[in-house]
Amino acid sequence: MTKEKFDAIVVGAGMSGNAAAYTMASRGLKVLQLERGEYPGSKNVQGAILYANMLETIIPEFRDDAPLERHLVEQRFWLMDDTSHTGMHYRSEDFNEPTPNRYTIIRAPFDKWFSRKVREAGATVLCETTATELVLDGWGKVIGVRTDRAGDTIHAEVVVLAEGVNGLLGTRAGFRKVPKPEAVALAVKEMHFLPEEVIAERFGLTGDQGCVIEAAGTISRGMAGLGFLYTNKESISLGIGCLVSDFAATMENPYTLLDAFKDHPSIRPLLAGSEVKEYAAHLIPEGGYKAIPQLFGNGWVVVGDAGQLNNAVHREGSNLAMTSGRIAGEAISIIKSQGCPMATENLSLYKAMLDKSFVVKDLKKYKDMPALLHTNSRNFFMTYPQLLSQAAQNFVRVDGTPKIEKEKATTAAFVKARSRWGLFSDAVRLALAWR
Amino acid sequence: MTAPVVRIEDRLYQNRYLVDAGRPHIKVRPHQSPSANLLALTRICPAKCYEVNENGQVEVTADGCMECGTCRILCEANGDIDWSYPRGGFGVLFKFG
Repeated sequence: MTKEKFDAIVVGAGMSGNAAAYTMASRGLKVLQLERGEYPGSKNVQGAILYANMLETIIPEFRDDAPLERHLVEQRFWLMDDTSHTGMHYRSEDFNEPTPNRYTIIRAPFDKWFSRKVREAGATVLCETTATELVLDGWGKVIGVRTDRAGDTIHAEVVVLAEGVNGLLGTRAGFRKVPKPEAVALAVKEMHFLPEEVIAERFGLTGDQGCVIEAAGTISRGMAGLGFLYTNKESISLGIGCLVSDFAATMENPYTLLDAFKDHPSIRPLLAGSEVKEYAAHLIPEGGYKAIPQLFGNGWVVVGDAGQLNNAVHREGSNLAMTSGRIAGEAISIIKSQGCPMATENLSLYKAMLDKSFVVKDLKKYKDMPALLHTNSRNFFMTYPQLLSQAAQNFVRVDGTPKIEKEKATTAAFVKARSRWGLFSDAVRLALAWR
Repeated sequence: MTAPVVRIEDRLYQNRYLVDAGRPHIKVRPHQSPSANLLALTRICPAKCYEVNENGQVEVTADGCMECGTCRILCEANGDIDWSYPRGGFGVLFKFG
């Protein structure tokens, strides 16, 4: 192994690493992929929703054998206070299409499947191997990696850093900084098992139809955060995540938060009788466009979570990871086919291609959203959900109060909580950040 | 209405780990009194790996660590902790993820 030289080494076997390794191997490049887990997926955590389009671009026939849980027919957005939720639900028969658009997945089996495709494409996948260090030559070009296995440097023309949100190689080499506490969320998650028919009945689903709930409000206790509930075939993935900076400032405890979310009167009946089989925690990049580090250099590129390529507003991560991995793989294959060196100026092709894709365009659209939500978390995640709940209850409860007085009371509650100027400026800032 | 209390030990018991005995991947730098961020870890570490000892210093037991990296984000830059990945194959092994 040590005497061999590879066209590319991919560090990590998550979504971005698998996409990169598959893309390059299927184009005939000699690829080595390193994964520190016992099997691909054993260190990976996600909700998880798979967006078909981005995988279809890489593996068009993935539906034949990929371990998919349910195709989504219903999405529920909830604003919660302590006793209620106000919801916006979207369910459509249109989602029962021959090639559905979104699926729930469970990452460990899914990643094993993806890794099998990578090996079938011709890449060498080495598990239980932690890459410890990038190796540079005298001119500062990355020429390979060192691992915790005995042996010398493993050499390659280029190293693809698909090392995840906590990637060590790129930060140790000084290519990018460790993310700031306000640029990452800590999410905790549990896997709740229930019989398939119970899940179908509780959510009104037939066959492999699925439903997901995403919820914000007092469940995050004033922190910028989001709860989620995703239906799998025979389990429910349930979790909650908040910014690490907010956790540090409030000293809130993540699993207490998770337990309170599970015990919320709107959630509890959906989980009743379930058996929990796993508890996981993971960081999610939330810094958006402004937190994207340098993505390429002399002999290296960064893809996926390691590059902060995550759209927090739309809760899309793995599709950006997959797409950045694919694009990096394509760019490297093009450079290789032209017989050019994997130097900084040539690898800039990756960034140029990424800039033209939805990945960077979407992140750019919401570039001001992370700062807005971070600095106004109490208003957006505590005050407004409470006000909305009061307003909704006031609207539906019939108690002999004239409607005009009810409306006045609702308006007065909003003005009292945020003032007219506060309401106006919140609306303007939200609109500007969304633009 | 209070949520049923699930002990963190019971929660982590559901997970699979291969502990690299004698080679912890996180170390706390010796200190007299902990920084605010280091102290915060005793509350916010999702595996409750950090605890205050009888001398008021923060200690880490990384056996139940889920390798999320929250402590690295908060305490690596200021030198409070040394953070690394476990050796290949060791640490948490998610069955579902």
